[in-house]
Amino acid sequence: MRPAWSVILLTTLIGAGQGLFLALAAVDAFGEAPARFFVAGAAAALALLGAGLAASFFHLGRPERAWRSAAMWRTSWLSREVIVLPAFMASVLAWGAAHYLGLSREAVVFLAAVGSLLAAALFLCTGMIYACLELLQEWHTPLTPLNYTALGCASGLTAAAALAAWLHPPLAPAYAAAALVSGALAYLMRLAALARNARLRPKSTLASAIGIKHPRITQIAQGAMGGSFNTREFFHGRPREVLRAVRWSFLALVFPAPAALLLFPQSLALLAAAFAAQYAGLIAERWYFFAEANHPQNLYYQAIA
Amino acid sequence: MTQLALVIDLNVCVGCHACVTSCKQWNNAGEAGPLSDQNPYGAEPTGTFFNRVQTFEVGEFPNTETVHFPKSCLHCEDPPCVPVCPTGASYKRAEDGIVLVDYDKCIGCKYCSWACPYGAREIDEQQKVMKKCTLCVDRIYDAKLPEAERKPACVLACPTSARIFGDIHDPDSQASRAIREQGGYALMPEWGTQPANHYLPRRKTSVHLHADELQREDNPLKVDGKLPRPATSDPALDDVTSW
Repeated sequence: MRPAWSVILLTTLIGAGQGLFLALAAVDAFGEAPARFFVAGAAAALALLGAGLAASFFHLGRPERAWRSAAMWRTSWLSREVIVLPAFMASVLAWGAAHYLGLSREAVVFLAAVGSLLAAALFLCTGMIYACLELLQEWHTPLTPLNYTALGCASGLTAAAALAAWLHPPLAPAYAAAALVSGALAYLMRLAALARNARLRPKSTLASAIGIKHPRITQIAQGAMGGSFNTREFFHGRPREVLRAVRWSFLALVFPAPAALLLFPQSLALLAAAFAAQYAGLIAERWYFFAEANHPQNLYYQAIA
Repeated sequence: MTQLALVIDLNVCVGCHACVTSCKQWNNAGEAGPLSDQNPYGAEPTGTFFNRVQTFEVGEFPNTETVHFPKSCLHCEDPPCVPVCPTGASYKRAEDGIVLVDYDKCIGCKYCSWACPYGAREIDEQQKVMKKCTLCVDRIYDAKLPEAERKPACVLACPTSARIFGDIHDPDSQASRAIREQGGYALMPEWGTQPANHYLPRRKTSVHLHADELQREDNPLKVDGKLPRPATSDPALDDVTSW
């Protein structure tokens, strides 16, 4: 598949935003921190979520009709995501406002719980958009929503550590430790997905694609000389070396590099650098996630003549 | 229930692209609006098509066979593109099984094209909505046309009658009979989409000859050599003697 920047930005930004909110809500419910830390955290999470939402509009051919996409929530995970994302943003806003206005403890915890549920639902929706497509075998696994969740939580916890180092330093070591643990977990699951996909055997072959039982079939013409939507949308068009380089860079940036920086939870600069490195790694990871997927329709588009 | 479909005979298709051009003409000039092209007269012409003829070579030289393979939306009975659509723009008609896109509802997110294993959907780069074969839905029910012309444009254009149009749920339709009697098959059955369109396989007409059929034992022309050679003094009587 061709990686779309709009979708890469959407999934990585809202993942970090959800993770950041979950990190803040956990401390809100079970720990202690000043209200201004939570207000700033809610603003940061909303900024991440808003940027992701804005990026998603660039994926649409007709963005002015985007409101229509809430219609088919009974069948479409994309439609569910379209509903859950604004609902989650509204609950983050309400939770931040509750802290700002100094509402009662019960109200704040209730809003944190609602937001946490919506964050989890949003992780599920985003992951299932890809995992529900049976024909994209690289994505059709429970590891897809699990990885979206784990990587989002890891980057959110790293962001929370940086935010705490800035506004409430006593919390930074705990957040950094949690970011290390969740980062390691997410890294292992992503490695598991890579190992699984390396062993995949495509279910479709050229023989099943055109229904002729013969081991040697070659395409002579694909019906168009200058390419088509099918050749543009479903091929990443990069050499193997680029894919390998992207894979190694995300394997270095998603966990090992930020992990080394997270060992210094007193330094705001190093924690901010950890988040920047991890986010860059997540962009590479998401690019690779799309490029790695091999669509069966590509069997029909192997030669131009 | 009715399920309209095409049955495409690969044994007869000669790869002339008449179905492609007639489809493009009808759907470009029809009421659904243009089917846009980009750079049509330049070095890299591209555009939106509902139907494409591809060519494959089966086997290895010198034992090869060229197969022309027309490809369009297969109007699956269980279409994977429909449930994923977030707006409901992509739908399957209950009355005749045609899978359609409502161009006024489509937001151009391309998710349906990801869900289709056949690459049957193409986005119109000008209108920014997803498009695909409609089985000429604006033609097959047009009461102003003579009955014989109420068929998809590609079917009418095919010079070798390689395309059969009909209801594959009606066991007596020409399409159903062709599938049943000539080994009609579906593409990529592994995804469980149950395509309505079927393809008829290549068929070889061959005669098996044995050596004794090439040299017939009872060939009357060869009977001379089998008989004892008569002496020259023997009387001549038709073909049993000689002078």
